[in-house]
Amino acid sequence: MNAVQAAGAASFLGRFEGLRERLPGDREIRDRAAAAFRAGGFPTVRDEAWKYTSLRPVTEASFYEPLLSVADGGDLLAELPVLDGPRLVFLDGRFRPQLSVLPENIEVGTFAETAVFGRLARPDRDPLVALNTMLTEDGAVIGVPDGVDAGLLQLVSIATDVPGRAVAFHPRHCIRLGRGARLMLLEMSGGGGTYLHNPVTEAYVADGAVLVHVRLQDESRTAYHLSTLYAEVARGGTYDSFNLNLGARVARTEVHARLKGERSATHLNGAQMLGGTQHGDFTTIVSHDAPSCASRQTVKNVLSGRARGVFQGKIEVARAAQKTDGYQMNQALLLSPEAEIDSKPQLEIYADDVKCSHGATVGELDAEQLFYLRSRGIPEAEARSILVRAFLTEALDAIGDDTVRASLDRAVDAWWGKQAA
Amino acid sequence: MLEIRNLSASVDGAAILNGIDLAVPRGEVHAIMGPNGSGKSTLSYVLSGREDYEVTGGTVLFEGRDLLAMEPEARAAAGLFLAFQYPVELPGVGNANFMRTALNAVRRARGEEELDAVQFLKIARAAVKQLAMPDDMLKRNVNVGFSGGEKKRNEMLQMAILKPKLAILDETDSGLDIDALKIVAEGVNAQRGPDFTALVITHYQRLLDHIVPDRVHVLANGRIVRSGGPELAHELEARGYAGFADAA
Amino acid sequence: MPVETETLETVQSLTQSGYKWGFETDIEMDLAPKGLNEGIIRLISERKGEPAWLLEWRLKAFAAWQTMREPHWSKAHYPPIDYQDLHYYAAPKRKPGPKSLDEVDPELLKVYEKLGIPLKERAILAGVEGADGSFPNPVAVDAVFDSVSVATTFRKTLEKAGVIFCPISEAVHEVPELVQKYLGSVVPASDNFFAALNSAVFTDGSFVYIPKGVRCPMELSTYFRINARNTGQFERTLIIADDASHVSYLEGCTAPQRDENQLHAAVVELVALDDAQIKYSTVQNWYPGDAEGRGGIYNFVTKRGACRGKRSKISWTQVETGSAITWKYPSCVLQGDDSVGEFYSVAVTNNRQQADTGTKMIHIGRNTSSTIVSKGISAGHSDNTYRGLVRVLPRASGARNFTQCDSLLIGDQCGAHTVPYIESRNATAKVEHEATTSKIADDQLFYCRQRGLSQEDAVGLLVNGFCKDVLKELPMEFAVEAQKLLAVSLEGSVG
Repeated sequence: MNAVQAAGAASFLGRFEGLRERLPGDREIRDRAAAAFRAGGFPTVRDEAWKYTSLRPVTEASFYEPLLSVADGGDLLAELPVLDGPRLVFLDGRFRPQLSVLPENIEVGTFAETAVFGRLARPDRDPLVALNTMLTEDGAVIGVPDGVDAGLLQLVSIATDVPGRAVAFHPRHCIRLGRGARLMLLEMSGGGGTYLHNPVTEAYVADGAVLVHVRLQDESRTAYHLSTLYAEVARGGTYDSFNLNLGARVARTEVHARLKGERSATHLNGAQMLGGTQHGDFTTIVSHDAPSCASRQTVKNVLSGRARGVFQGKIEVARAAQKTDGYQMNQALLLSPEAEIDSKPQLEIYADDVKCSHGATVGELDAEQLFYLRSRGIPEAEARSILVRAFLTEALDAIGDDTVRASLDRAVDAWWGKQAA
Repeated sequence: MLEIRNLSASVDGAAILNGIDLAVPRGEVHAIMGPNGSGKSTLSYVLSGREDYEVTGGTVLFEGRDLLAMEPEARAAAGLFLAFQYPVELPGVGNANFMRTALNAVRRARGEEELDAVQFLKIARAAVKQLAMPDDMLKRNVNVGFSGGEKKRNEMLQMAILKPKLAILDETDSGLDIDALKIVAEGVNAQRGPDFTALVITHYQRLLDHIVPDRVHVLANGRIVRSGGPELAHELEARGYAGFADAA
Repeated sequence: MPVETETLETVQSLTQSGYKWGFETDIEMDLAPKGLNEGIIRLISERKGEPAWLLEWRLKAFAAWQTMREPHWSKAHYPPIDYQDLHYYAAPKRKPGPKSLDEVDPELLKVYEKLGIPLKERAILAGVEGADGSFPNPVAVDAVFDSVSVATTFRKTLEKAGVIFCPISEAVHEVPELVQKYLGSVVPASDNFFAALNSAVFTDGSFVYIPKGVRCPMELSTYFRINARNTGQFERTLIIADDASHVSYLEGCTAPQRDENQLHAAVVELVALDDAQIKYSTVQNWYPGDAEGRGGIYNFVTKRGACRGKRSKISWTQVETGSAITWKYPSCVLQGDDSVGEFYSVAVTNNRQQADTGTKMIHIGRNTSSTIVSKGISAGHSDNTYRGLVRVLPRASGARNFTQCDSLLIGDQCGAHTVPYIESRNATAKVEHEATTSKIADDQLFYCRQRGLSQEDAVGLLVNGFCKDVLKELPMEFAVEAQKLLAVSLEGSVG
């Protein structure tokens, strides 16, 4: 076990050198990723894609490698709104069979066993993906066979708190849905203390398949969450995701959705609720590669304290992608004088027969609405809460499944509880 | 005036018109009736030259000229006017400006002198008055934010200003209340005379109470299955289209 | 005949195929040698008889420029510019003022004629003595020919109102305190690569000062024209509106048709003090290059206005149809409380043109508000990008922004891009942004053609409708011209 070296990129590169011989999977892919990471290092605010999110706290911190944990993690698991039913639980980035409930009709495995890198992730372009590719050890490998409706599966990541020993882990998940298959994947991440959670996920959605991916990021307020997801959707398929970001000191949720087959669709909805000095960045890139595809996005930010929210949303429409229907709405509510929102919606369009639009609004709670509620006898704090919840509802309503919705509602309630405290 | 011989047409590879024969002499008003899907709107689009409609056979002569060989704007200049079933909205384009541009394009094609803004407004205001429309009709953008009835009346206004030789009214009565229906009928009747020919396409007989046709044709499965005098419309009203579809 | 009609018809009479303003003029030129170094800057300064402070300011800018790199962050692609292969000074040789039009260099008169400048204005512009007569809707004109202002009309009438409208090279001598106080105060000499270059080598441009409480009695207008070969045009415009004054300023641009690219790197600075209003309108029609993308102007311009005063207002309106590459972000720095910034833009690209244009609205003062309306039209193989920033700083309580950004694509080989940046650091600020991308619908085209309009007329009509919200912001004279320009720019893009 290596002790911590210098902070930042150098420490991760050093760790890679030390572990290189022992890491599973194609060594050439890891070497190329390491070369890319060595050349580029962590992104800075001078990189257009990272203009609004500084990784300086991450690069200045020192991270250890996770130990084989002796803690059972059950207490941390209880803090997340986990539902009954099958679940895959990862503790400090490593699969924990004792905490997991394996599903029946889904093929599940781990990266540690299969050690196969997918073709969607771009370590050459995305530095954090290079970091992940270089150092990943484990992750979920999920496969739903053709025509199977697999129901609900939960993917849970928890991090243990070992004081004075911040860890970094880089899980690599892969989800494959066969033709006409369906899966509701509820992903949650949480933990205690300071750590870096840097997952990379690849999702392959075959013809006519539907992946509903609901993600709750409720990491420790002193942790860093930097996740990158790539989804590829074939003809008539749907990748439907909802991202609720509540936790972490600095978080970035980056989603690349590629609509590759005709008449495929994606929803990339999300909400960020941030307080204190939290920094949350939700970045999405939707690529319309084929004709007659649709993308829909509603993203809400609720910012209090000195929190800073970032939304970057890009819709790319390739020449071949005629009859594209793209829509994106991004709204921010600033609840305190020191909160900040930076929003960069972006359209890049090369086909002419398209209908694309985006909208963005930034503002505070409507004073008249607030007054109306108060004049009916509702105390101000409660009135504010009602209005903020109403603001979020539009995004949350996109989650069709009632039990999953209830799980997220519980997380939102808990967030309010923390704000009030 | 208009001679359609064995006209066939398809949309996206599906045959909609299957050999239509129809002659409309100058100065007459003919009605074409038929159930939904019989090809009524396709006929109006084929005659006015819409691109997505492929003519697969037959000929159409308009005043002896080969209508099908002409561009849509040349057909308009030759005197053909289509009152759309669903008039199109043109954001940012003022109604008066639009109609003046259209009128001058048509006049230019006919070798007539173009009208300046003042001359045009005189004609337009008179037409607005005649059709009992509000004055701001000319200032608004073409069909933008118009109610269904207003759109149809705007079509009549354009017809009154462009003074076509042949007007095709494509279900102009759909979605109109009785007052609007009367206004449309008056718009057509005001034009009637030896130089005005019209093809009134409708599903219902009620419009024909106000615009009494010289002839009525029944269209079913892309063919004219029966022709007769105005009384045919009443027969259809009483019996429905059921018997006719079988005849095709 | 009204001025605008005459202007329009002059323009129309020039109509042939291709670029209609692509004439080259054969006039005796005073040309500095190619290349850029301290010597050239000293030469420019000396030709202009400039005071020492200005030479020093230029040299400082030059020093800064040498440490800077040409920016390459936009989507534009172009071969590297050789800054040593340009002339930095070119001026028509000047003779003493002619007594009548007959004595004026006929070539110069032809230029004005081709530019569509009305006859009487042409005489005034050519400096014919006593030609400063009055006629309806007068427009005072400053003509900048390559790098040098050749004539300014109506100066006497304006002087009566206390308005100063003259070449900036003269203002340096006549009102040095104003120039020294405001030059570079909005766009600092080291603001960016092209602004630094301009600060080092600018040779002329227009200067406007509107005194307290004065409403400028007529529209002020500048015609810019690049004529000489291998010449960079670096004009510098400075407009100062003192307390409670009003001015409307128009800018028109053309260039001859050439195979090689020409660089245009202007700087425009506007200063609005308490309750002052500046309306700045541009119709930019620099040579866009041919259908294969040969030639055309690189239009790399820095335009910025400072709403320094309370309740001041700066409004930019632009119709951009020309240039091979346009990078341009007319911006407003809203410093004064209750100040207002506006940006109305139409950008048309066809063939191989590339346009990256938009605005920055920086909200600093309380209750400041800004409006952005941008209409981009791409045709041919062109790329058209809206790039804009709305930034609300912590002190800007009650700030408001509304942005509407629409793109229209004509043909399937072009690109339309929208890149807005919204940064708010004040909870009481309200920012709204809307953007759409669409094409001209087939049923709209068919509807127009059924009414007798040709395909091209129908496209022209629909495009003008699409741009209406911007065109209505233009002064009357420009609006008509701009509409024609839109139709001409899109010729051959449909069908």
